[in-house]
Amino acid sequence: MGSHYEAPIRKPLITGNKTYHQISVDVARPIEGAANKQWWIVFSISLVLFMWGIGCIIYTISTGIGVWGLNKTVGWAWDITNFVWWVGIGHAGTLISAVLLLFRQKWRMGINRSAEAMTIFSVIQAGLFPLIHMGRPWLAYWIVPIPNTFGSLWVNFNSPLLWDVFAISTYLTVSLVFWWTGLLPDFAMIRDRAVKPFQKKIYSLVSFGWSGRAKDWQRFEEVSLVLAGLATPLVLSVHTIVSFDFATSVIPGWHTTIFPPYFVAGAIFSGFAMVNTLLIVMRKVCNLEDYITLQHIELMNIVIMITGSIVGCAYITELFIAWYSGVEYEQYAFLNRATGPYWWAYWAMMTCNVFSPQFMWFKKLRTSIVFSFVISIVVNIGMWFERFVIIVTSLHRDYLPSSWTMFSPSFVDIGIFLGTIGFFFVLFLLYARTFPVIAQAEVKTILKSSGDNYKKLRDKNGK
Amino acid sequence: MANKFIHAIYDDDDKLLDAIKFLKKEGVAIEDVFTPFPVHGLDHLLELKPTRLAITAFLYGCIGLTFGLLMINYIMIVDWPQNIGGKPSFSLMENLPAFVPVIFELTVFFTAHLMVITFYLRSSLWPFKKAENPIPETTDDKFLVQIPVSGNEKEIKSKIKKTDILKIDVVEIKE
Repeated sequence: MGSHYEAPIRKPLITGNKTYHQISVDVARPIEGAANKQWWIVFSISLVLFMWGIGCIIYTISTGIGVWGLNKTVGWAWDITNFVWWVGIGHAGTLISAVLLLFRQKWRMGINRSAEAMTIFSVIQAGLFPLIHMGRPWLAYWIVPIPNTFGSLWVNFNSPLLWDVFAISTYLTVSLVFWWTGLLPDFAMIRDRAVKPFQKKIYSLVSFGWSGRAKDWQRFEEVSLVLAGLATPLVLSVHTIVSFDFATSVIPGWHTTIFPPYFVAGAIFSGFAMVNTLLIVMRKVCNLEDYITLQHIELMNIVIMITGSIVGCAYITELFIAWYSGVEYEQYAFLNRATGPYWWAYWAMMTCNVFSPQFMWFKKLRTSIVFSFVISIVVNIGMWFERFVIIVTSLHRDYLPSSWTMFSPSFVDIGIFLGTIGFFFVLFLLYARTFPVIAQAEVKTILKSSGDNYKKLRDKNGK
Repeated sequence: MANKFIHAIYDDDDKLLDAIKFLKKEGVAIEDVFTPFPVHGLDHLLELKPTRLAITAFLYGCIGLTFGLLMINYIMIVDWPQNIGGKPSFSLMENLPAFVPVIFELTVFFTAHLMVITFYLRSSLWPFKKAENPIPETTDDKFLVQIPVSGNEKEIKSKIKKTDILKIDVVEIKE
């Protein structure tokens, strides 16, 4: 027992008196059991939304981008807002699995699998928006630097939009590989338990014949560590590059050097909020309260509180710098954000992102599950408004007052956004029924140090 | 060649480590150990060589970096230099800051994917590969030590019985 010592002050991360076998049983249960009624209800709603979104995408592609609410002044609106929103949400997964691995935070193990799943599914949603905004998505391969029939016409490596192509595709594929490598031992566990032949076949296929040899584990741990080391700068670079899409332009309100850290903090903020939204529901539905404990939720709330405060600092810094710069266009852009026609969006953003996370200073509130859930939704709404405010309010008052205008979304804009939410939940719900949603092999390694039964035993023995 | 093995099965990682320490002292040759999760300190006990995957990762990163530099140099400087917003498009060094993001992403892309592919190949992991753990419980909560036998079966068995064992199996694997 000596080598499994953990300070008694640390709260248990696995409750309910678990054994190694019990962990396998609990993780396999949602896969081996049948879906309950709530699952089918939520799945059906998501599927309907997804279908509606597909309809709107087909309408967009067959008719043209003109079916959106864009106009000559506001040439970017909900599409890029949604893109940045989804990419931002996608940041928490890698952050939890990579950064918390480098910092040896044991509490990541209960939540990293689902957070990474969320990352991959939300980056898929994000990728849809630039794709359909092309208008002719079948020509999407034009963004890849390949020799072509138009003479020596290459993509422009000076352009942040091209950097984005490389960043997002690297992020998506590397996250996928990181996720799948971690899944191999857990798929193998499901495979070795499976009694139905079809199930056994499928999980044999996806577990790549994982056998759990000592040498395999040694390599597995090394690969996980190196991937975490790679994914950490990667995740920071991705949202930095997304922010460059704006920061390298000359639009007042976009052209600011604070954007990279500000966007990265915002991404972590919204991503953790989405993790909380999903896991608070999932731990209940899949009976995983012993693995995703109140302690996990509290720690995530603290991250939300800190990143929310960083984002708040960034908002205030932007305002200060706009005033301090003495550039009247910059000053107007921010004055217009707070008091112009889109004042309600600005103050929705401020309320949701800056004020609401401050409640998490109170232990009573941050350990309340209902309150955490409500705040997580509020933060997600707030972060959507942040992107909307940055994008639309900066554009709708441009350099030429005669072209000043407003943006109003068409039903297609709304439909595609709702469609991606539906698509995301369809993927996540399917995942929750077919994948081991807890990284059970990892959780087993901390059972003796962080399980409540072992902690109690140590307290009793006095060591 | 028919191989005969003793499979010593344990139900706890600490019991496994103690048993391996004991068996090593008794001079029993351990061929392989199957565990449901990475057991801390097991690779040292088994005297496994450190894996060189991190070194390959570094090399793959160098390849990605070089590839990124050469590709961008060819496309932007050699093949078709253009004046883009007055940027110094005719010299790689002067235009390098704008190329850093893509070169960085390519470095990460090459490192991560090639390292993982190397890992999969070295550990024989791919779709349709048949799992090789002798009993299915080793992915759940059992720890299995595989010991080759050649005539000294009784002796090894008596030694294993001195450890905190759950079960001993003797199996013959035809190859």
